[in-house]
Amino acid sequence: MTTLAEAVRAPLTTERRHLAAATFIVIGLINIFVFGMLAHAGDASFELSLSSASVKIPVVTVPAAPVCYALGAVALGLGVLRATVPFSRLAKRLAIAGVLVCFLVSLLCWADAGALPLNVIIISQGTISASIPLILGALAGCLCERSGVINIAIEGQLLSGAFTAAIVASAFGGLWVGLVAGSLAGGLVGVLLAVFAITYLTDQIVLGVVLNVLVLGMTNYLYDRLMSTNPNYNTGITFGSIKIPVLSEIPIIGPIFFDSNIFLYITYIAIIVIQVALFHSRWGLRVRAVGEHPTAADTVGISVLWIRYRNVILGGLLAGIGGAYLTIGSVGSFIPDISSGFGYIALAALIFGRWTPLGALGAALLFGFCEEMALVLPTVNPVLPAPIMNTAPYVATIIAVAGLVGKVRPPKADGQPYVKA
Amino acid sequence: MTETPATGPDPAPASTGSAGAQPAEPAEAGSAEAGQTELGTPGKPAGSRARLTGTVIIQAITQGSSAVITILAIFLALVVGGILIVFSDPVVTKAWSTFFSYPFYALTQTWDSVSFAYSQMFEGAILNPSTVSAAFHGGSIAAIFYPLSSTCAQATPLILTGLSVAIAFRAGLFNIGAAGQWVGGAIVATWLGFGVSLPPVIHVIVCVIGAFVGGAVIGWFVGLLKAKTGAHEVIVTIMLNYIMYDLLSYLLSHPTLLQEPHQTNEIAPFIANDANLAHVGGPPPQVGIGFLIAVAAALAVAWLLSRTTTGFEFRTVGASPSAARTAGINVERSWILVMLLAGGLAGLSAATVIQGTNTQLTFNSYGTYGPDGITVALLGRARPMGVVLAGLLFGALHVGGTYVEAATLGQVPADIVQVLEGLIVLFVAAPALIRAVFRLRSTAGTGLEAAAKGWSG
Repeated sequence: MTTLAEAVRAPLTTERRHLAAATFIVIGLINIFVFGMLAHAGDASFELSLSSASVKIPVVTVPAAPVCYALGAVALGLGVLRATVPFSRLAKRLAIAGVLVCFLVSLLCWADAGALPLNVIIISQGTISASIPLILGALAGCLCERSGVINIAIEGQLLSGAFTAAIVASAFGGLWVGLVAGSLAGGLVGVLLAVFAITYLTDQIVLGVVLNVLVLGMTNYLYDRLMSTNPNYNTGITFGSIKIPVLSEIPIIGPIFFDSNIFLYITYIAIIVIQVALFHSRWGLRVRAVGEHPTAADTVGISVLWIRYRNVILGGLLAGIGGAYLTIGSVGSFIPDISSGFGYIALAALIFGRWTPLGALGAALLFGFCEEMALVLPTVNPVLPAPIMNTAPYVATIIAVAGLVGKVRPPKADGQPYVKA
Repeated sequence: MTETPATGPDPAPASTGSAGAQPAEPAEAGSAEAGQTELGTPGKPAGSRARLTGTVIIQAITQGSSAVITILAIFLALVVGGILIVFSDPVVTKAWSTFFSYPFYALTQTWDSVSFAYSQMFEGAILNPSTVSAAFHGGSIAAIFYPLSSTCAQATPLILTGLSVAIAFRAGLFNIGAAGQWVGGAIVATWLGFGVSLPPVIHVIVCVIGAFVGGAVIGWFVGLLKAKTGAHEVIVTIMLNYIMYDLLSYLLSHPTLLQEPHQTNEIAPFIANDANLAHVGGPPPQVGIGFLIAVAAALAVAWLLSRTTTGFEFRTVGASPSAARTAGINVERSWILVMLLAGGLAGLSAATVIQGTNTQLTFNSYGTYGPDGITVALLGRARPMGVVLAGLLFGALHVGGTYVEAATLGQVPADIVQVLEGLIVLFVAAPALIRAVFRLRSTAGTGLEAAAKGWSG
C-alpha cells in the first residue's frame, strides 16, 4: 500500500527545488525593484536601545536603497544556488530563514527611509508579545498531533483560558489563581476533545471546529450575563514585568528577552521542555510512535489511549496558559472573541513548522512580527493604507507555504482514532 | 491500512470501502440497514411487507439510525442549553438556594424559566399561536407565516455557505475560507449592483453571476495553490479570509472605490433597485428568490455529486487521493474544480444577503456566515439535502435567539443559540455518546465518516 502510494504520488518533490528557487528569486527582485527603487531618498535609521536604558547604543543609520539592493542580491544569489546545488535539509531551512530575513529587513529599510528612527527594541518586544499566544497554541497543537489527535480546538482553548483567567483573577483578586484557572479551562476543553475524539471516536476536525463554536458561544453568553453587567468580574488586572537580574542589563538582548512578564518565561520553558522531551526522551519516542503507528506501539506494550489522553489534556493546559496571556498577561480585560483567530494562526504555524516545536516557534515569530509590522508601519510610512499593510503577514504566509514549504507530512496516524483490533 | 479512518467502532459497510469501487452514493446508515433487512429475508411473502416496514422503523429507533441520532442530539442539546439558561437566571438560582425548604418552588421556577425561553424561541422562529387565533378573528393570515419566512431568510446564506463547505468536504478538502469567498462575492455583487446600470431582470442575473465569479476566483486560487505547490488548503483559506477582510476594509474606506460618498463609516452605496432579489408573493413575510436560489443550488450540487462523472471523481478523490490517482483520475484538476465551485457557492451566499436582505455592504456584513457554514455542513453530514435541513434549523435558531433576547429583555442573550448549535453538532458527530446516553443498541455509522478526515486528505 505504501509503496503503491509513493509510486503514484504527484511529482511534487522534483518541482520543489525549482519552485523554492523561483520564490527566492522573486523575493530578491521585490527587495531590489519594489523596496530599493521605491524607497524615499535618505537613510533608514534604527535605534537599538530604549530611552530608559542605562547603556545607550548609538543609532544605526544606513542608506535605505543600497541596503535593499544588497539584500535583494543576497536573495537572488541564494535562489540561484538553490536551483543549481543540492542543499542538505539544514541548509534548505537556513536558506529559507535567510531569504525571509532579507525580505523583512528590506521592508523595514523601505518603510523607514527618510523618516524618524525605528526602535528595534520596541518592535522586537511587540513581536514577542504578539507571538506568545501563537507559540503556546502551536505547542499545544504539537503535543496533541504528535500523539495522533488533530487539535483544531486551539482557538477554543485560548478563548476559554482568556475568559476564565480574567474572571477568576478579577473575582478573587489573584493573578496566579487566574493563571491556574485559565490553564485549567484550556485543559477542560482538552478533556472534552480527548473524550470525544478518543473514547467516542468523533471525527477530530469536526470536533475541533464544534468545540470552537461552543466555547465562543459560552464565553459570549457568560460575558453578557456576568461581565457586562458587573465590572467587578472584569477588572483588567495584569501581571507586572519581571526583570531577570543580570541578563536584563545586557544591551539589545536584555530588554527583548529578559524583561517581560511571567508568560514569556513560561513560554521559554515550554519550548525547551517539549523540544527536548519529544526528540530526546523515552516519553517522546513513545508519543511519536503512537502518533505514527499506534498498532505497532500497542504491540510493544505502550498504552495508546492513555498517551493520547495525557497529551491532549496537557496540550489543553498549555493553550489555556496562552489564553490567559491574552487577558491577564497583556490587555487585562476580556472582550468577546478576544482570541480572534489566533488559534487558527497557531494551527497554521504548527503546520508551517512541520509539526516540530522549533519549526512552530519560527513560524509563530514570523506571524508575530508581521502583526507587529501591521501596527508599526502605518505610523512610520503612511504611503500604503493600513488595511493593505495589514495583509502583509497573511500574504507572506501564503507565499511561504506555497513557495517555500509546500507539501508537509503530518504524523502518519494524525486524526485516526485507535481501536484495538 | 486503509486510507479512510474508521470513525465508528463497527463502521457501516457503506463507508469502509473506497468510493472508487462504489459507483452509488454511499448510503445513509438507516437506508443501509433497511436494505440489509430486506436482503436478509428474501423468502418472505409480499404480505408481510407491512410488518417488515414496522420492524425496520422500530429497529431504526432502537439501533439509532442517523435521523434518530440527529433528533436525540437536538433534544440533548436543548437539555444542556436549558441547564445553562437556569444557571444564569437569578430568580431560579435564588429559588434553588432555598431548595430544601421549598423544593416545589425551585422546580416550578426552573421549568418556567426554561419553557418560557424555548417557547419564545419557537414562537419567534416557527409559529406564534397568537397570530393563528388573531387570524380567526379577522387578523392578517400572512402574519402566521412571518416567523417561518424569517427563518427561511436567515437560512438562505447559511445553506449556501454550508454547501460550499460540504462540496469541498466531499472531495476531501476542508474549506475554512467560505468567509473570504463570501467577501469576494459580496465585493463583486455590490460593485455591479450600484456601479453598473442594466435593464431590470438582466441586472439581477449579472449581479448573481458576478457574486458567484467573485467567490469562485478566491476558491480557485486555493485549489490552484494546493494542486501546483501542495500548499495546505487550511492555511491558505485562513490567510485568504484575513486578506479579504482587509481588502474589504480598504475598498470601503475610499469613496473612489466602494465607499458611499460623504461617509466616514466603512459602508458601500445601496445597490440599485433593479439588482434586488425580489420576494415571491408580495411584501416581506414571503419567501425571497434568494431562498429559491439556495434550494436550487443544493439540488444542483446533489445532482453533480451523485449523477455526473465529475462528482464521482470528487468523491473518489475525497475517499482516497492515491487510489483516485491510480485509477487515472486527475486529482489536481478535481481539487481546483471543487474549490472553484465551493468559492462560487460562498459567493452566491453573499449575493443573497447583499441583493436580498441587506442591500448595502458594510464591513460587518460577512458576519459569521463562513464559520456557520462549517457547522451547517457538518450537521448536514456534507449531503446537499442534509445541508438544506441543517441550514433551516440554524436559521430558525438564529431567528428564535434574537426573538427570545427581546422577549426576555436580555435575560437570555441570543448567544445561547451559538451554544445550542455547537452542542447539536457535537452530539451529532458523536453517535456513540448519544447511544450511550439513550441506551440504544448496535453501532451503525452515521455517514459522517466520508465527510472529513485527517490532514493528509
